[in-house]
Amino acid sequence: MTTASSHRTIVVLVENKSGVLARVADLFARRGYNIISLAVAPTDDDRFSRITIVVDLESAPLDQVVKQLFKLVNVVEIADLAPGNAVERELLLATLGVPAETRGQLVELVQIFEGKILAVSPGHLTVSLDGSPSKLDDFEALLDGYSIVDIQRSGRIALPKIGKQVSRLRAV
Amino acid sequence: MSEQPIRLNGAQALIKSLELEGVEVIFGYPGGAILPVYDPIIDSSIRHVLVRHEQGAGHMAEGYAHATGKPGVCMVTSGPAATNVVTPLADAYLDSVPMVCITGQVAMAAIGTDAFQECDTTGITRSITKHNILVTKAEEIPHAVKEAFHIATTGRPGPVLIDVPKNIVDANNPDAYFDFVYPTEVDLPGYSPGTTPDQSSIDAAVELMMSAQRPVLYVGGGVLKARGAEALLQLAEMSNIPVVTTLMARGVFPDSHELALGMPGMHGNYTAVTAIQKSDLLIAMGSRFDDRVTGKVGAFAPDAKVVHVDIDPAEHGKVRNPDVSVVGDCREAMEMMLEALAAAGGSSAFADITPWRQQLSGWQEQYPLVYEQSEPGENLKPQYVLERLRDGSPKDTIVTSGVGQHQMWASQYWTFDHPYTWINSGGLGTMGFSIPAAIGAKAAMPDRTVWAVDGDGCFQMTAQELITATVERIPIKVALLNNAYLGMVRQWQEMFYDERYSEVHLGFETPDYVKWAESMGCVAFRVEDPDEVDVTIAKANEINDRPVVVEFRCLSSEILYPMVPAGGSNDDIIVDPSQTAPTSVEGN
Repeated sequence: MTTASSHRTIVVLVENKSGVLARVADLFARRGYNIISLAVAPTDDDRFSRITIVVDLESAPLDQVVKQLFKLVNVVEIADLAPGNAVERELLLATLGVPAETRGQLVELVQIFEGKILAVSPGHLTVSLDGSPSKLDDFEALLDGYSIVDIQRSGRIALPKIGKQVSRLRAV
Repeated sequence: MSEQPIRLNGAQALIKSLELEGVEVIFGYPGGAILPVYDPIIDSSIRHVLVRHEQGAGHMAEGYAHATGKPGVCMVTSGPAATNVVTPLADAYLDSVPMVCITGQVAMAAIGTDAFQECDTTGITRSITKHNILVTKAEEIPHAVKEAFHIATTGRPGPVLIDVPKNIVDANNPDAYFDFVYPTEVDLPGYSPGTTPDQSSIDAAVELMMSAQRPVLYVGGGVLKARGAEALLQLAEMSNIPVVTTLMARGVFPDSHELALGMPGMHGNYTAVTAIQKSDLLIAMGSRFDDRVTGKVGAFAPDAKVVHVDIDPAEHGKVRNPDVSVVGDCREAMEMMLEALAAAGGSSAFADITPWRQQLSGWQEQYPLVYEQSEPGENLKPQYVLERLRDGSPKDTIVTSGVGQHQMWASQYWTFDHPYTWINSGGLGTMGFSIPAAIGAKAAMPDRTVWAVDGDGCFQMTAQELITATVERIPIKVALLNNAYLGMVRQWQEMFYDERYSEVHLGFETPDYVKWAESMGCVAFRVEDPDEVDVTIAKANEINDRPVVVEFRCLSSEILYPMVPAGGSNDDIIVDPSQTAPTSVEGN
């Protein structure tokens, strides 16, 4: 997907109000910053949502991205997860067309990657795999030999590694 | 929450909230969705100025805010009215003007159905407002107003829009009534702009300032927003550091002061531009390294260290990486600098910059702003008109301008000795700004003389607001520098497009500006002869019961100098042809 040096994961805590995601997305579009992936979910406190953004650093200096994000009134806190300081996970779902003769191989591949078979039909399998983005990249590459009907990745979410310092930046 | 609640509907609550925020004037235009809010205006202490186009309402609110420092307020209906205020909102956003704009919206149940006069106002204005709020319940209105004024006026100021669906202000809707209490606090967990800089950053800045050999204070509009003119004067005088004032900062430092170098940038004077280029320390004070100041960024002030003082953290490092970053309010920063400098020994703590000051004086002598008087029979020189207007008007005259050559000449030739006397559209470059902005300023300061310096292109964009000025008895004056062309565009076509004049000719004859102005209730004059300039200006300055329009017939071919070609280096500044071409003047 991307190399560690060209992207950065930032976790943006925002007020849980209508239109806030659009504000964040608008800001990226308006300033010409590229988003590699985006995941949004409510937090344990229902006043806030968490947006995990993987930013393409080639399109934008991280410093400016963070400062511009803070100018959004609804942005409460930003955690900058430098590579190596974060545990990152992503989910992949894929439906594959598999003739009977190669089905065994595919099931084995899914097992090696500790994925799951979610649905089966005579000619198709739907599989799921969660893991680090690079593990998913590897798995996806190996699926090339199969007929892919549908594939979807969730966009990553991330937490700081336990014991690692994370710059939790507050709006100034 | 000491107040006893009173039962109000959303419309009454909105007007009541504005009254409690101290709003004196609303510039607005009614229409379908905002209609319910116009009913309680009849009973309100707030003055409503009925404009002739919603764009005018927005620029008037800006003019009011520029002149007073208080947030300007405009109110319009949904759909096309909301899109008509998009330009002033963008203008206010780029020039950091505190403004609250209230737009009507279709009823909640109709939102998203492509209803009559519906548009996604908050969506459209998201990237051109500091914040916007779609209010969904009547009882949220006081909070929205409180938040809007708080956000518009704190930190880096800017426009805030409140979009109000019709049903929540509808007096016939039982759900639009609630117990009104105006909040005393805002609930904005993500918004707490700091104003006080770190002492360590101040100390580092002061250190650089004391040892610099060729320092320049590069002062921008942020100092005006911070009400920092007094602190700036003290800082400049203590340090003897010369001051350039950007287009947005004209007036914040007296032009007649010996340390004043005037305006830098694309049409700045030679000394201001070159002082920055040759400096070894730029103290950027509430300025943002705009491309019209920097020219080619890579070639901008190549030998200078930079101290950047700005309240907006995102301005630091956006264009130029500072050596010292002072995040905070400019006035507070300068007051802290003054304290630190006083402790370090005041004026005596600075390096001797006499050679630098001498070099600057030399450039000022060699490359002053110049123009040649018109030949007999020729139309007027715009520079001459502005000099005469400057000298024939009160010292504290407020000058507004449109955008183009006339704007640059006004900024160059006026002597701004008082803050908040120059109001223009710097960032967005909005043609047609001057007349409505002048009305807003004059509504705020009825005792001051307000001159709108306008071009013929600009005049035709917003002239109808002179009807507003007449009817609302806001007697502004307009100096219309009519050169029959879109002069700035014509200049670029002359210089960069082989004199191929494409779609820039407007003509002297149509419209007849005098008749047009008279039909709008103004007193109008046309001046073609240099001998009539002074006497007409004097007449115009004596009229205080009606707006005045003076059409000055100006020379179409006049070129605005100096000029740094777009994207070029400031080292390649083009001065008036009568002056020796500066061949790479060395810094010392």
